[in-house]
Amino acid sequence: MTRPRLISLLGSYGVVLALLLLVLFGWARYDYFLGFFNITSVLRYNSMFALVALGMCFVIMTGGIDLSVGSTAALGSVVAALASPQGAWIGLGAGVGAGLCVGLINAILVTRLKIMPFVATLAMMLAASGTALLLADNQSVSVSYESGFTSIGQDNFLGFPIPAWIAIMAYVVGWIVVNFTSTGRGVLAVGGNEDATRLMGLPADRIKFLVYLASGGLAGLAGVILASQFGAGQPIEGVGWELFAIAAVVVGGTLLTGGVGSVGATLAGVLLLGILFNVLNFENGKGWISLSAYWQSVIRGLFLLVVVILQAKLSSRGSVAVRDY
Amino acid sequence: MTDTARQQLISRPFDPFDFMARYGTLIALALLILFNFAFTRNFATMQTLNVNLTQVCTIVIVAIGMTLVIATGGIDLSVGSLMAISGALAPMIFLGKIVPIDNVALAVAAAMIIAVGVAGLFGLFNGWLIARFRIQPIVATLVLFIAGRGIAQVLTNGNLQTFRVPQFQWIGLGRLFGIPVQVVLMVLLVIAAAWMLKRTVFGRQIIAIGGNERAAELSGIAVSRVKLVVYTISGLCAGIAGLVVIAINSSSDANLVGMGMELDAIAAVAVGGTLLSGGKATIIGTLLGAMTIQLVRYTLLANGVPDAAALVVKAGIIVLAVWIQQQGRRA
Repeated sequence: MTRPRLISLLGSYGVVLALLLLVLFGWARYDYFLGFFNITSVLRYNSMFALVALGMCFVIMTGGIDLSVGSTAALGSVVAALASPQGAWIGLGAGVGAGLCVGLINAILVTRLKIMPFVATLAMMLAASGTALLLADNQSVSVSYESGFTSIGQDNFLGFPIPAWIAIMAYVVGWIVVNFTSTGRGVLAVGGNEDATRLMGLPADRIKFLVYLASGGLAGLAGVILASQFGAGQPIEGVGWELFAIAAVVVGGTLLTGGVGSVGATLAGVLLLGILFNVLNFENGKGWISLSAYWQSVIRGLFLLVVVILQAKLSSRGSVAVRDY
Repeated sequence: MTDTARQQLISRPFDPFDFMARYGTLIALALLILFNFAFTRNFATMQTLNVNLTQVCTIVIVAIGMTLVIATGGIDLSVGSLMAISGALAPMIFLGKIVPIDNVALAVAAAMIIAVGVAGLFGLFNGWLIARFRIQPIVATLVLFIAGRGIAQVLTNGNLQTFRVPQFQWIGLGRLFGIPVQVVLMVLLVIAAAWMLKRTVFGRQIIAIGGNERAAELSGIAVSRVKLVVYTISGLCAGIAGLVVIAINSSSDANLVGMGMELDAIAAVAVGGTLLSGGKATIIGTLLGAMTIQLVRYTLLANGVPDAAALVVKAGIIVLAVWIQQQGRRA
């Protein structure tokens, strides 16, 4: 009884433990690792991925997938940059609105036309990318520096980067939704067994609709931060973001089959993958080894490999315990 | 005509969706060709045919492996990265960067075999993760999607490799009886795969696994072994496609070879009528799907529509094709 329990605990908190170990390692080994500058720049940069991964986490919890988030973020950044001369809030709203539009189409394709999420969002990935390129005329679009739009991505609030505040708020809201609202419980129910959920009278389609809409909106928000942080809307950015987000969600222990998932562990997954990059940069700075940027994706891939193999082993052993709950 | 036969005819009225699901891709392709004959200037030339065929070749070769993988109910996201690995490895071997080989023919042969073989081994690795650890295909192949391109970049240090080796570039630029070699290669692979899927026990086992994996296992099919082979084939196809791409370009850039190929291949498979949930697959359909997507893009470009708009149209076609197929099945 205690052994399976221990294993399932390790399964759910393994990612947090790994994150703590990595941070401890960095703190012990590098002088400025826990310095203010490093922490804020890591958070500022990874907040975009955190937002995209949050939406992905919700979609995956329903048993779906959203491949369009990367291009949606690119589209959001272009639209936000185009609208930024009108004011910071209008730029923000336009970017998020563009993301919501993509999310809306995804939601209609999946819930009304019953097209498999993988295909529907793959198509929207192409469509959003094409729209972004058309709007931007195949080049990056400079944002307006007079309207204060850039402060969304570049300024601090209470000594902490604004993008990080946005991401933290989004995760708090996400956590509350999953744990304390009926819609949130419905998300997990749909992923666990959609037919049963329907028979119990839960609005399965409405839940899925909302999830894709939210994923699109969050991707659009990530795009706004992208444009504001780097001063330009970038139609070709965001390539591969969807897969990075999936990797973060998986590392966080959310099952791709749906029904199981944790918002907090997803955040830990994002930070883990992000800080891995950071540690590698510090290691290069030490001069002991010199790994080119190309090694980073190899190491990330290996890391993902270790995590998924561990998860497969844990879940096959702990499956009895999981079923008992 | 007997009564029962007549009754059957009456009870099964003509269903447009079913008809479209079966022949839609073919009809779309025929309509596109007719449209181009009418409106696109210089369409009916050998050059147009050549351009379209050579461009579609690599997608079709990769999509053959992808069709088999999808037929088992899986997916392979790593094909683009495997193309990059094979494309990075081959020039290193025939340019003698690893071991100097004096004989050009020998060097080229070694380069091709090793590059494709390594891609196949990585495919086998994908299959191993999926069969041994029961990791979901999308996650298992995500590992090499991320790491694979990195491996190719590390191998070449991110540098562009340029070369002029006619013996090697024959597979991308040469001609057999006036037909581009890669087209011949593509046709051979399509025929072999279609025959295997329809006429061999192994092919039927692939379909059985995709239809109902548990039932397939209980009926004595070695599910793990079939999966290992299928992902290996997908890796080999990606390896071959990688060689063709760098042969055409006379250069290999690990950052670009095969970029986004997984999506093109999946789109071709979906438009061609293979069920993405597995259990029903058609290689010829995949060929037609890839050609339809290619021809749509060509038609739009030839008539002055920008490439970005072509992406949006491509998205619409994928959705429409999959939707029609679903309606056909439901009826």
